[in-house]
Amino acid sequence: MMGIQRWLLATIWLALATGAAGAATPDAAQIVAAGNGRGALPCASCHGADGAGQAAAGFPRLAGLDAAYLQHQLDSFADGTRTNATMAPVANALDAAERHALAAYYAGLPVPAAPPAPATDGDRALGGQLALRGLWDKQVPGCVQCHGPRGVGVGAHFPPLTGQSATYIASQLRDWQQGKRKNDPLGLMQHVASALDEADIKAVSAWFAAQPAAATGGQP
Amino acid sequence: MTPASRIAAIVLAAAALPLAACSGGHESAASPASDKSPSAMSVTPATSATAGVPRAADTAGAHALPVFTPPPESAIPDDPFGDLVRKGRDIFMYTPRYAKEYVGNGLSCQNCHLDAGRLPNSAPMWAAYVRYPRYRAKNDKVNSFTERLQGCFRFSMNGKAPAPDSEVIQALTAYSYWLATGAPTGKDLAGFGYPTQGFEPPQAPSRARGQQVFASQCALCHGSDGQGQKVAGEFVFPPLWGPESFNWGAGMGNVNNAAAFIKANMPFSRGGTLTDQQAWDVAMYMDSHERPQDPRFDGNVASTRKQHHDSKWSLYGVEVDGHLLGTGTPAHEP
Repeated sequence: MMGIQRWLLATIWLALATGAAGAATPDAAQIVAAGNGRGALPCASCHGADGAGQAAAGFPRLAGLDAAYLQHQLDSFADGTRTNATMAPVANALDAAERHALAAYYAGLPVPAAPPAPATDGDRALGGQLALRGLWDKQVPGCVQCHGPRGVGVGAHFPPLTGQSATYIASQLRDWQQGKRKNDPLGLMQHVASALDEADIKAVSAWFAAQPAAATGGQP
Repeated sequence: MTPASRIAAIVLAAAALPLAACSGGHESAASPASDKSPSAMSVTPATSATAGVPRAADTAGAHALPVFTPPPESAIPDDPFGDLVRKGRDIFMYTPRYAKEYVGNGLSCQNCHLDAGRLPNSAPMWAAYVRYPRYRAKNDKVNSFTERLQGCFRFSMNGKAPAPDSEVIQALTAYSYWLATGAPTGKDLAGFGYPTQGFEPPQAPSRARGQQVFASQCALCHGSDGQGQKVAGEFVFPPLWGPESFNWGAGMGNVNNAAAFIKANMPFSRGGTLTDQQAWDVAMYMDSHERPQDPRFDGNVASTRKQHHDSKWSLYGVEVDGHLLGTGTPAHEP
């Protein structure tokens, strides 16, 4: 009798302690694998267990991106400055501490060695011109002038383009063009995207998808 | 971490950026004591309506200048001359990488001459090429194009002048000459230099206001400390002052020159979006920081100012926040 009571007490205590600890420091790995139980789906179901994303579906890689950048994206999905039907309910189901923990978790994952997707000759030429030199007639710099050599990313505001699929990059450029994404500092990307036509978008997205992924830059 | 300390950490993290951005906001406007405040007669109207459009043609008189467009890069010939042109372009774009022995900071030519020296109103090389030889008050003599390039290495690149027959000078000259293919010689072309003509500050430039402009428009790329951002040891965004930036002898160290560049070209890709006043204010802010010593330094800041910086637009030799500008910075770290 005493034994069962003690067992029950211990079980209840353990459950309370675990629950309290979970609320204090969100378990990012748990949310990634199984969701948070309050409406946020498991991140891994789309972004992969290693955070590599799914190129064919246009789900972006998250692994190795800057933590502040990732958190800003989750906050933007929640406040509507980045419109996305899939991510809005997920971000809204995460509290601030969970967003912070998830951003730190994915920032800490190694950059996956995804095989680059080869570009066609036409995309290589036009895409390379746009990526490296820009379209200055329309005040568009080369992408690498802000996103770093080959697009490896610079700091918290200029995310890596390497290691992202052409589908994802193109979808973001179109979202900026159409005003679905407006969480960029100084409106820089809304300006850039508005100057590109569909052929430009296709070519430059293919060019970056053809670059080997590399560790995110920004640190000396 | 307790819930309370976690909340505190989040609040602190959220507050850190704005706090950092605002630090230094106590600074007051500085102007060289010996000079009159800038003329108020000016007035280029703020042309924010022209955002996104190169500004050359709006400035008075620019209409009269011939318009020139350099050939596309695809037209660089596939021969030994073309090889030298391409080498010059590469040096121009990535100067510390390809002209390392002559560079003493973290800058590249294309930081101040955008689009690899092609962009109008960003001191394009095709316009510069046809303006030399030319008298310059800076050194009180007629300068060849080679000497002009050497001046850039000595001051803007805080390095040393390559010899006239060096490959670096030969390649940069070939690239500039090729960019100017078909341009009329000895004429000012529309978009030459930075648009300084008639560009005067509506009010005397203020460092305090400039600091605010810097925090909201510039720090994103150049960093809250103005030291730029690097990837893999190379600058992606250039440092604006300090040991890795241009030295006190560079043209960009003059507030009027910097303001004209900034108005036409900054924020990067958003040239023409700052008001004239914002451009002047932030130029004043940038140019009131310490940077590498002027290589013409004669051992005395006051006399060096008198000889080389006797302008209301140079803060060399001016005391700012208790610091006498012009004492230089520690040597840069390659």
